[in-house]
Amino acid sequence: MSKKQIKNLVRILVTALIIAVLFAAPVTGVIRLIMWMAAYLIIGYDILIKAFKGIKNRQPLDENLLMSIATVGAIALAIYDKSGDYSEAVAVMLFYQIGEWFQGYAVGKSRKNISELMDIVPDYANIEAEDGGIEQVDPDEVEIGTVILVKPGEKIPIDGIVVDGNSSLDTAALTGESVPVDVKPGSEAVSGCINLNGLLRIKTTKEFGESTASKVLELIEDASSRKSKSENFITRFARVYTPAVVLAALALAVLPPLVLMLSGAAPVWGTWLYRALTFLVISCPCALVVSIPLSFFAGLGGASKRGVLVKGSSYLEILSEAKTVVFDKTGTLTHGVFEVVAIHPHEDMDKDLLLHLAAHVERHSTHPIANSIKKAYKNEHDSCRIEDVTEIAGRGITAKVNGDVVAVGNGRLMEQMGVAWHDCHKEGTIIHVAVNNEYAGHIVISDVVKPHSKQAISELKKNGIQSTVMLTGDKKSVAEGVASELGIDRVFSELLPQDKVSKIEELIAAKHSDKERVVFVGDGLNDAPVLSRADIGIAMGAMGSDAAIEAADVVLMDDDPLKIVTAISISRKCLRIVKENIWFAIGVKLGCLVLGAFGVANMWAAIFADVGVMVLAVLNAIRCMFV
Amino acid sequence: MKKTYKIDVDCAACADKMERAASATEGVKACTVNFMTLKMKVEFEDGADPQEVMTKVRQNCKKVEDDCEVFI
Repeated sequence: MSKKQIKNLVRILVTALIIAVLFAAPVTGVIRLIMWMAAYLIIGYDILIKAFKGIKNRQPLDENLLMSIATVGAIALAIYDKSGDYSEAVAVMLFYQIGEWFQGYAVGKSRKNISELMDIVPDYANIEAEDGGIEQVDPDEVEIGTVILVKPGEKIPIDGIVVDGNSSLDTAALTGESVPVDVKPGSEAVSGCINLNGLLRIKTTKEFGESTASKVLELIEDASSRKSKSENFITRFARVYTPAVVLAALALAVLPPLVLMLSGAAPVWGTWLYRALTFLVISCPCALVVSIPLSFFAGLGGASKRGVLVKGSSYLEILSEAKTVVFDKTGTLTHGVFEVVAIHPHEDMDKDLLLHLAAHVERHSTHPIANSIKKAYKNEHDSCRIEDVTEIAGRGITAKVNGDVVAVGNGRLMEQMGVAWHDCHKEGTIIHVAVNNEYAGHIVISDVVKPHSKQAISELKKNGIQSTVMLTGDKKSVAEGVASELGIDRVFSELLPQDKVSKIEELIAAKHSDKERVVFVGDGLNDAPVLSRADIGIAMGAMGSDAAIEAADVVLMDDDPLKIVTAISISRKCLRIVKENIWFAIGVKLGCLVLGAFGVANMWAAIFADVGVMVLAVLNAIRCMFV
Repeated sequence: MKKTYKIDVDCAACADKMERAASATEGVKACTVNFMTLKMKVEFEDGADPQEVMTKVRQNCKKVEDDCEVFI
């Protein structure tokens, strides 16, 4: 609590005490009036002062001025009626102050909580001093290439490469993932991660301001400045709300008595004036306005805690309207790394021997396919003799292994050598092997689907996504294989990067209404134009990649496709809460106005409803943080 | 040119008032006030002196909402 909050809390308590005494003790006459006035001034002096300043600055719709008119009016009516009941004016001020106090406290508290979620940037870096000791310096002053020390339990301040030490890193602050990552000399160390056990020496590769943690922090802090439609709606509503209520109050004070007078009845000015003052009590728009940015802020904070960075409230809103999710295949649904997935030896050939021969022939090749074969056969460097390696472009490689001529390549190579080969039933890239012009079998290499991809697609469908689409540059048979395995509705294959953009445009043009948003999910590497063309671009696996952070609207810090589901459900929950708050707050306020106009709700009821609705809306907004 | 300033204000509607007052100030091209992070982002007109403009922005904000502060 700040000093101001403590002071206001004391004022609230003292006033409540005086009111309690006044209700219980038989104080009458002038002393009663003085005590009520004392309570009124204790709780309302700052509002009266601000009201006066409002007049001076020509702000007729200042809420302090309106509150002052309402309460002073109520006191005047009480004196005029000789009722001696000043409780209403004091109660209005008291509850108004309680409301303001609660709002300030709740907003301050969530501001602090959410900032803690975002507290991923350390404010110092350790460097080794000349005398061998450790010196703490401002990370802004650390130049690229400096070796910094990160002790166990400390956060890495700047991106770099580990030069000395072994340890595990907790990446939870960035990715929301709780499994630690092991690092050794040569590993990349991303800022914002917590060093768990060993001392690390890290050679920085970026400046502090350009490091991942700083970038991410900047992004989250800026996010709530990009205001959503809901926020703009509520501020626009608030702008017309106060003048409208004040006009209605004026009309209420003057018109009904005049009509009554003209029709020959008693005008009852006092009653109508009182109802008009009740209107002024409900005229402050603050309760209405505060819960909406608070909901979004809490939603953005909650999402970033789970490793989902949304670049603005507006994107959270659009994401919640997602109906079509378009995926890039490689790197998004699949690992983007080719692996040997099957070995099919021909007749009496042995599986290991087949792989062994293929690996030998590919020994000197750096082709991705060669790499995946060598990866599958770990101990390739044995005593076997490999001679006469010939690369046949676009077909494969032939070589002599221990004197036998081994050919490794595609069907065309087999044709060329006159080998009787046959195709495979499995999808992927098929590598055929022939020994001394005899067919020996084939090896299937393919991109491996990520473990959570299938689950992510089915969860998306459960969460109201109507259609899932996959775009890929890969060949048709491979693409359709992956799509049917994962349960994706539509596939477009053999696309060049620019074709992906036009496909997205087609999908956007084909939707039935603006509310059916098209989301594109890519790995941010070479799909930046597609990311920006879609209604919402989600880049995944962005830890340490600036390009992806720049291009996308939503950034997933790790490459788990389930995070897409998380992102969409967070946005849905947040927007549901925002809508609840908008309708609830406006509904209660309008209800109060109607009841007040008919004399059903008095000032007590009005201020009670006004503060109550705000407290509930704020508590509801804070729920956005827990997803 | 864009700059970000820290602000202090108690209510969300008042933050909106500040945003409008600041946006209407001469030399300010665009302005967003973020109530949750208590920050004011100001984009200045070409050739405007930020220090000078911000003094006026502060004055104008104080006019619409007495209980606010802009830290220049």
